[in-house]
Amino acid sequence: MTALKLGRKQKHPLPSLKIGKNRYRLHRPSFSQIMLYLFLAVMVIFCGLPLFAMVCRALMPLDELYLYPPRLIVQKPTLRNFSDLLTSLSSSTVPFTRYIFNSLFTTVVTVVASIMVCCLGAYGLVKHKPAGANAIFAIVVAALSFSTHVTTIPNYLVVNELGLVNSYLALIIPKIAVAYNFFLVKQFCEQLPDSILEAARIDGAKELYIFWKIAMPLLKPAWTTLAVFSFVNNWNDYFSPLVYIQSDALKTLPLALQTLQGGAGVVARSGTVGAATFLTTLPSIIVFAIMRGKVMETMSYSGIKS
Amino acid sequence: MTVITPKKRVGGLQEWLRRNAVGYAFLAPFLILFSIFVIVPVAVAMYYSLTNYNMIQSPDFVGLNNYAQLILDDDVFLTSLSNTLVLAVVTGPLGYFASFLMAWIITLVKKGRGFFSLAFYAPSLTSGVAMSTIWLILFSGDRYGYINNFLLRIGVIVEPILWTKDADYVLPVIMIISVWMSMGNGFLSFLAGFQNIDPSMYEAGRVDGIKNKWQELRFITIPLMKPQMLFGAINSIVGAFAVFDVATAVAGMPSPNYSAHTIVAHLYDYAFTRFNMGYASAVAMVLFLITFVLGRVCMRLFRDET
Repeated sequence: MTALKLGRKQKHPLPSLKIGKNRYRLHRPSFSQIMLYLFLAVMVIFCGLPLFAMVCRALMPLDELYLYPPRLIVQKPTLRNFSDLLTSLSSSTVPFTRYIFNSLFTTVVTVVASIMVCCLGAYGLVKHKPAGANAIFAIVVAALSFSTHVTTIPNYLVVNELGLVNSYLALIIPKIAVAYNFFLVKQFCEQLPDSILEAARIDGAKELYIFWKIAMPLLKPAWTTLAVFSFVNNWNDYFSPLVYIQSDALKTLPLALQTLQGGAGVVARSGTVGAATFLTTLPSIIVFAIMRGKVMETMSYSGIKS
Repeated sequence: MTVITPKKRVGGLQEWLRRNAVGYAFLAPFLILFSIFVIVPVAVAMYYSLTNYNMIQSPDFVGLNNYAQLILDDDVFLTSLSNTLVLAVVTGPLGYFASFLMAWIITLVKKGRGFFSLAFYAPSLTSGVAMSTIWLILFSGDRYGYINNFLLRIGVIVEPILWTKDADYVLPVIMIISVWMSMGNGFLSFLAGFQNIDPSMYEAGRVDGIKNKWQELRFITIPLMKPQMLFGAINSIVGAFAVFDVATAVAGMPSPNYSAHTIVAHLYDYAFTRFNMGYASAVAMVLFLITFVLGRVCMRLFRDET
């Protein structure tokens, strides 16, 4: 027993000698590691300071908001601004919760529709390879290189023709088939093993069943990623509601926030604007923070081979 | 042989249908929406750009008149073009290299990768319009503005600067905000790319005489990351030329002396306040051509030789 133990003990340090040396280095951070962390700290401050200011201003009581000299860090945090924002109707006849609903509703519907349409399409393209699949994909890749602003006018004319101007659908329909989303899912689809799909086919499964019950679960990282990006884009979208929405009651958060602020370019120090900014900014960050792992898994396949 | 060939020819169409029907069925929803809202609109916008069209009368073909007017007579357009180019040239590459550098550094550090990537990516998740309320308070032109207050206190300036009202300062302020928001462009793609490089590649590199991290980056990492770098580059270009939200939200619309007028702002102005769809389409086409051509250039640049 003892001999065996001794032998093991002796055996253990020998091969790990080199690793052990490295590990020793790890514990005492090297100069280059310290420099890297220093650089990262500076970047975190640059990235985080405006967000920190945003959080503080949302929590500031009235007397701190208008203080001179201006104060960055909140001393006596309060939720008063939020309750004011969500209960008062002072600035308009539409309650703020309605804007939250508008944003949430249009964003969630767009995200779900986009996931369905893009996953169906990308799966069909990759796993059924219909004639012209390469050409279709080439067009999608080409469409990555221009912004949606380019097609705004024809889109507006179509939406107008359908009688959808100033409706939720105007914010949803044009943003379902997005090249970026299709591209991500398509790249991820490439590595789905054909054998599983083939096995299901031999068992007599219907194509839609295979897609829904077998492919979609395997594509989960791809479509959760798509959900994150699509959520962030649509939640933050300012241009579409600016173009399509006229009535106050249908405005989404970015547009409503601008109204609350008193117009573009107006400095608004009120606590309600601070709270509204906070509520508009936070959901995207939370959604991303929760889904980060899945997003990274999908982004591994995001490269374009030219 | 003679029996098989005619059989193939007879069943040609049916056989073709049978082989492609499922794929097209899967692709149909995407292709229909994608055609209506992305592909056909490019052609339609191209056509409208050659007409006078106010949505009431039918389009009136005027050849290249709109383009001639844009370049020869429209000083505001030229201002918007130069503003957009200045913004894009500074923020595009800066954001791109910052995210590449950050992704690289984050993969080099041993601890806190998740935290650093979230902190660094968070600004990209925010709404430009929502955060503008904070930026306006930070850059407010009076002594209450955090930045003015700070600069006054350390004695760099004696008079508060009208950051968002003075035409000389508006563009740099928007640049800072855009860089803050665009540093995440391509970041996730790069991060995933870095993390997926097989460590044995670096081992092999060391055997072949690679001495330090820079050489590793230059000779191993970058060549392997080309597809991700292309994806990031195309997204950066599209984002950099589509500046609108932040510029309008911070400087107002119209901005003082058109100092923050961008191509998209000009497009919006002519399309949706004047309903001069023909002229606005010509503006859209200029935006399309710039980003599309640059996208093509990038595809050349990052061509994967392997």
